[in-house]
Amino acid sequence: MMMNDRSIEAHTLSVLVENAAGVLARVIGLFSGRGYNIESLTVAEVDGEAHMSRITIVTSGSPMVIEQIKAQLSRIVPVSRVTDLTVEAEAIEREMALVKVAGTGEKRVEALRVSESFRARVVDTTHESFVFELTGAKTKIDAFVQLMRPLGLKEVSRTGIAAIARGPEAM
Amino acid sequence: MSDQKTDQMTGAEIVIKALKDQGVEHIFGYPGGAVLPIYDEIFKQDWLHHILVRHEQGAAHAAEGYARSTGKCGVLLVTSGPGATNAVTGLTDALMDSIPLVCITGQVPTHLIGSDAFQECDTVGITRPCTKHNYLVKSVDDLAEIMHEAFYIATSGRPGPVVIDIPKDIQFAPGPYMSPEKISKASYQPPKKGDLNGIREAAELIASAKKPVFYTGGGVVNAGPVASKLLREFVGLTGYPITSTLMGLGAFPASDNQWLGMLGMHGTYEANMAMHDCDVMINIGARFDDRITGRLDAFSPNSKKIHVDIDPSSINKTVHVDVPIVGDVAHVLEDMIRIWKETACSPDKQAISDWWQEIEGWRKVNSLGFEQSDTIIKPQYAVQRLYELSKDKDVYISTEVGQHQMWAAQHFHFEEPNRWMTSGGLGTMGYGLPAAIGTQIAHPEALVIDIAGEASVLMNMQEMSTAVQYNLPVKIFILNNEYMGMVRQWQQLLHGGRYSHSYSEALPDFVKLAEAYGATGIRATNPGELDAAITQMLDTPGPVIFDCVVSKDENCFPMIPSGKAHNEMILAGEPADVEVSEEGKALV
Ligand SMILES: Cc1ncc(C[n+]2csc(CCOP(=O)(O)OP(=O)(O)O)c2C)c(N)n1
Ligand SMILES: [Mg+2]
Repeated sequence: MMMNDRSIEAHTLSVLVENAAGVLARVIGLFSGRGYNIESLTVAEVDGEAHMSRITIVTSGSPMVIEQIKAQLSRIVPVSRVTDLTVEAEAIEREMALVKVAGTGEKRVEALRVSESFRARVVDTTHESFVFELTGAKTKIDAFVQLMRPLGLKEVSRTGIAAIARGPEAM
Repeated sequence: MSDQKTDQMTGAEIVIKALKDQGVEHIFGYPGGAVLPIYDEIFKQDWLHHILVRHEQGAAHAAEGYARSTGKCGVLLVTSGPGATNAVTGLTDALMDSIPLVCITGQVPTHLIGSDAFQECDTVGITRPCTKHNYLVKSVDDLAEIMHEAFYIATSGRPGPVVIDIPKDIQFAPGPYMSPEKISKASYQPPKKGDLNGIREAAELIASAKKPVFYTGGGVVNAGPVASKLLREFVGLTGYPITSTLMGLGAFPASDNQWLGMLGMHGTYEANMAMHDCDVMINIGARFDDRITGRLDAFSPNSKKIHVDIDPSSINKTVHVDVPIVGDVAHVLEDMIRIWKETACSPDKQAISDWWQEIEGWRKVNSLGFEQSDTIIKPQYAVQRLYELSKDKDVYISTEVGQHQMWAAQHFHFEEPNRWMTSGGLGTMGYGLPAAIGTQIAHPEALVIDIAGEASVLMNMQEMSTAVQYNLPVKIFILNNEYMGMVRQWQQLLHGGRYSHSYSEALPDFVKLAEAYGATGIRATNPGELDAAITQMLDTPGPVIFDCVVSKDENCFPMIPSGKAHNEMILAGEPADVEVSEEGKALV
């Protein structure tokens, strides 16, 4: 009966909420209180006039747990809509990263070369360092960070995933 | 906000006006620095009756008892800091059992929030996981709207507790009032009607069943008296057997022949066996709680399951169902009955009659039977006598938590909903006395009895003062076994009889205790004097503590031990040392 042990899947959920105090805490509290995973979470106001924010959560669990998460999210009073971008639509997922790499000589040249092939932008330069700005799918950023590691990777700041469905429909 | 700019009021006045417009007549509370402006407004009026409890937990449970016995929203008022934290158990209890409450908490003034001020605590942070919703009021301009919205949220959809935390400066600040009709409820719109296709599919499945069972819960009670009426009609139409959870008792009359008794961990043999062997399970307003299902992978293995629930998150949470219907029980039953009649659904008479025969066989086991004694009072017997001597009165029952609670559920029978106040989901010892007080406030003429354990009742015993102050004739019927009986039972069955700290040492003399509070104390120690003593209790006009001295080592059966299936129930008289897997032992 219990299907909690079935295959684990990652899902990207978009949650439209009233931008009121405590809403984010309720969403996060739901995940920690019920033992759900959060792999990525982003939040920002998307409609200033209507005071609506959009939370994008990447979570993982069995199909039954994912259904539970969506139902539990929908039950939070200031949540107005929950969409599962992984099942309901073909979605575009993007993340932005700022990546600081320090080094000189060969390594510095190589870092720059790699950044070009990833279409990263250089947003800060000193004689011994770069800050790269890179946007793309999570896997692309993972790969970039991986490549920078031996080239003097200093620190990484990532936004987490923002996602939206393809096509004319809104969530 | 509204364009209706009436005269400005202070925040405290707005609170009182909003309570009036919400039809609130009773509020349970305890004062303190951060709510003094509101208490000042209470002082100045005469329509809102404030009941002074003796502990904020008592206020919350009293409000729960009031809510459960009336179907209305219960309201409580407590101060900041310790006032709010004391209310947390009651809020959690209300959340678990879906009881509508509005809890107003005082808070330190806005400019002191975050400074660790005297009696400051993060009330919205602490109560976030134990409320359906909560608010910290940041501006007096929002107060009226928040007050009305809180009542709407507490009482609609799946009901639950809502906290409004009001800083003291906002209680003094002038602001606009707005009447309830003016508020926009757009953002929270829980479903009411169920999907008709689902209901049709369910009706067909129900009609085709050969071994059906109705499994109903607190959702029926929460959906109001009309839901209970419709349930009776539909169950009558089908002729199928029906069982209910602890929370749903009374929605279907216990005297009806289709009634199998309560199911679950301490449910009847016939109810649990019917659940295990059924081919179609019709869950109406219950949530497949672990007290009900027992071992999940062996739960009713051969049935198709229909689940009607107002809360989509209850569906497929632990048990996979075949026909989910999200909606208010009353609305769904109404549609179901209409469809049933329209399509002239007719069950398979032969199959159903065979099924009833099987059930009659289980009934013969007489799983609630116990060994009678003529020297000591058996707790089951005490509840039976209490039932017989009070059933013709207008009676409401609350309980504490433990064996006595289960014996009350098994041996006190309910014909109507809203008559049974018990802490199901949270299992809160100390619930019963304040809940009885709340119930008595709502039904001043009724007979309200708290069927109690000697350990539990001490947890909120201070509320005796409340009962005496307001002349509330609640009867506290203590099944005094001198043990935390339920704990002792588990220790006997699962922990080799090592009774670690479960003996009720140093008990007070309950008769003297009653007298010390200015109430009446009565004691019965042998079966011969029980009836006369109960009658004396029922004839006493004021509050009574009844010390019913019962056998100390009685176990509550039947019992499905943790981690076992419905058909692995143990019955009274069977060998009492249970083989429970390590996994089972880890369960509660
Ligand atoms: C607040 C709280 N603490 C602890 C428990 C665990 N517990 C469940 S039943 C029980 C014993 C209750 O004893 P009593 O009130 O005498 O009832 P009996 O089982 O003897 O009828 C305990 C300690 C609980 N349910 N609630
Ligand atoms: Mg006891």
